[in-house]
Amino acid sequence: MSETKSKFGAPSKVPAWVNLGLIPLINLLAAFLISGIVILIVGDNPLKALEVLIYGAFGYPEAIGYTLYYTTNFIFTGLAVAIAFHCGLFNIGAEGQAFIGGLGVGIAALYFDFLPMWAVIPLAVMSGAIFGAGWAYVPAYLQAKRGSHIVITTIMFNFIAFSVMNYLLVEVMINPDAGGSPETREFAEHIWLAHAPDFTGMADSPLNFSFIFALLLSGAFYYFLWHTRWGYEIRVVGQNETAAKYAGISPSKNIILAMVISGGLAGFVAVNELLGVHHRVLMDFTGGYGFVGIAVALMGRNHPVGIFMAALLFGAIYQGGTELSFEMTSINKEMVIVIQGLIILFSGALENMFRPKIENLFKKRQSLSQTEA
Amino acid sequence: MTTNAPALELRRVNKWFGAVHANKDISLSVGRGTIHGIIGENGAGKSTLMSIVYGFYQADEGEIFVNGNPCHIDNPQASIKAGIGMVHQHFMLVDTFTVLENIILGVEGGNRLAGGIRKAREELQRLEREYTLEVDVDALVGDLPVGIRQRVEILKALYRGAEILILDEPTGVLTPQEADHLFRILNTLRDQGKTVILITHKLREIMAITDTVSVMRRGEMVAHVPTRDTDREKLAELMVGRSVLLRVEKEEAKPGAELMTIEDLNFIDADGVSRLKNIGITLKAGEILGIAGVSGNGQSELLEVLGGVIPPTSGSIKYKGEELVGSSKFNARNLRKIGLGHVPEDRHKAGLILSFSANENTALGYHDLPMFNKGTTLDRAQMLSTCEAYIEKFDVRPPDATLKASGFSGGNQQKLVLAREMEQDPDVLLVGQPTRGVDIGAIEFIHKQLIHMRDQGKAILVVSVEIDEVMSLADRIAVMFDGKIVGELAAKDATEQKLGLMMAGISDQEQAAPIPDNEALV
Repeated sequence: MSETKSKFGAPSKVPAWVNLGLIPLINLLAAFLISGIVILIVGDNPLKALEVLIYGAFGYPEAIGYTLYYTTNFIFTGLAVAIAFHCGLFNIGAEGQAFIGGLGVGIAALYFDFLPMWAVIPLAVMSGAIFGAGWAYVPAYLQAKRGSHIVITTIMFNFIAFSVMNYLLVEVMINPDAGGSPETREFAEHIWLAHAPDFTGMADSPLNFSFIFALLLSGAFYYFLWHTRWGYEIRVVGQNETAAKYAGISPSKNIILAMVISGGLAGFVAVNELLGVHHRVLMDFTGGYGFVGIAVALMGRNHPVGIFMAALLFGAIYQGGTELSFEMTSINKEMVIVIQGLIILFSGALENMFRPKIENLFKKRQSLSQTEA
Repeated sequence: MTTNAPALELRRVNKWFGAVHANKDISLSVGRGTIHGIIGENGAGKSTLMSIVYGFYQADEGEIFVNGNPCHIDNPQASIKAGIGMVHQHFMLVDTFTVLENIILGVEGGNRLAGGIRKAREELQRLEREYTLEVDVDALVGDLPVGIRQRVEILKALYRGAEILILDEPTGVLTPQEADHLFRILNTLRDQGKTVILITHKLREIMAITDTVSVMRRGEMVAHVPTRDTDREKLAELMVGRSVLLRVEKEEAKPGAELMTIEDLNFIDADGVSRLKNIGITLKAGEILGIAGVSGNGQSELLEVLGGVIPPTSGSIKYKGEELVGSSKFNARNLRKIGLGHVPEDRHKAGLILSFSANENTALGYHDLPMFNKGTTLDRAQMLSTCEAYIEKFDVRPPDATLKASGFSGGNQQKLVLAREMEQDPDVLLVGQPTRGVDIGAIEFIHKQLIHMRDQGKAILVVSVEIDEVMSLADRIAVMFDGKIVGELAAKDATEQKLGLMMAGISDQEQAAPIPDNEALV
């Protein structure tokens, strides 16, 4: 009974596993196939490359540690892009928000290190989120109240973020003992985030407590969007602004709210990178995580579970790819970027290439089984 | 080609959508040079059937013959090639293009436009003369009223060589006068040997214009009859499968206190256009006030202002004696809390989030009420059970509160919106187009619910472009034209002719000459 109930009148429904499992898998395989052809062209064995890639990402504890460390960043930026997506906004600025988040983390860690650990770490985390959020607030305000397109403004804000940070690190916050490189002095040791414990074998990898934090945030993200009235409002605005106005939900307020949360989430990249790994503020610690976050959110369908899987995939490719460029002479760093690009292309931009055909296949099968019944 | 073959013939067409058997063994034969009506409730499968003929969908089984020749139609191009043209319910026109540019879109006849445009202009002038279409081919489509836009669509189909013209609910957006003009055009088309297929759920149109009529019910073709051998009651019964009341049965209204008093209400939109001009109306408990008018004369803005969606420019709105204009309560969210329900005109654009499930839509606008929240957590179980209760009470089909709103038919979507706004027990209910795109069975149900609410002492404002609906539902009727209330009269004094003239901006007083009693129109 319950089965017929869920089926009746729902013509376009394909099983969830097709939507969430099969189609992303096919996209991924297509990306690997093309990557394989490229590797073949440069004269190497694609199967061996795949083996190195997978071994490099998951083959031994330290590799897993690295993979999860990258994954952490992608979870933060993936969630950041996703919450903006749920409000109908395309936040291209996660990179800049993460960078400015680093400023927040840095200020707290450098100037409040007289506080004990239990006070200064939460302070630094909060401060990173607030700075990231603040950086997202301006484009959000301009979009909500002035109609300036958020894609344009967030891109511009990335450039501004880089320039501001460059100036601050070179002229203001620079550590004179660092031999002229644009970075601050090292944070006090009690502010460093705990790394993975020894028994895991990942203690030497940069994996740190931020990973747990990212998982907790994913849960909070889900709860917020689907189980609170504020999340409901954000989703209403994202789906249908006219209906939102009709229902008395302010689009501009929610645009600002979603973007501020988005910027805050992006700011957490700085927690992983600065409190967890580098223990100082330095240039370019954001390493493109903000941009890849867009692909992670797309591939993960803006759902925390999907985002985790996509983040893990990209984490593995980052780590495995690094290994690959060490191991195989014909494959350099640029080639790894080509592979990443293909995955983004197939699972992000060309997401709907295989979908209609596969969906049709399942619809036909369903209707056939119905007529036989 | 056999000369006596029907223009269009379908043999045993079947179509499934997943588990839903949308078209069951449909056979249909449409004679050349006739106007053939296809009537049925929403969800009966008539749009699906026509989409198959037009190549949007492919039939799972069955054959299509055009002029006796088997035709394989798997996309709209194939259909156009076979001489089939379609005028959709929602026009497919580019607003910023001229009529001419719209018509040649896709058939420009070469990379350079100049030659194609010259040829098209001549051809169009010929077509216009032949069919009395009266369209200025150089006008911007965005500037044209809907009635003319529809003629542009017809012209577009004819220009592509259509011999068979399918019109999907063509009068939904027209005034009675515009509809009459459309019927004259269709008659001319028939006289010139074209075949017209008219899909509608309005019995009146079927009786007024078609030669033969096919009735669909739940995916099946239940009857083919010559129009002269049938009548409205018989057709309605065939459509619904039981006898239905075509007129609303109601007691005399017993108007009570003035719940909402609107005076000198003005609204000037962002472009500086005055949309509402000194509107003055009152809503009384236990009474339905109907607003008639051709769409686009300020009714939408009136509803939005009263519903707190857009703020008025000036004027006074008193709700139970309390001035709303300038008050902090005057927004859509707070108005709901003080007892004002609002069913928007367009359920797709405003009333529902189509990608949300039915139960999530149940909370739209009410999502911050205590009933849907436990502390900070949205009470999803409550949303589900509330929605299930609505579904049961309003007989929504399929009865599945977890189904996406887009998975319901128009009538059932409308019931979901109505249930949400009525079941919160408001004192004043604003209803825009209560039955637009809704089938007969559901219309009857919705009208009964509205009357029932009135009898419980609620004040109801109904805005509708369906003149029949306003006349049968309302106790008082106000007519809007160009942002003004042209006049107000008791429903029992209203005739279609009187209202029609008022809708054209001629007030009751100006209609000094005695009006012939033209009941035959109804």
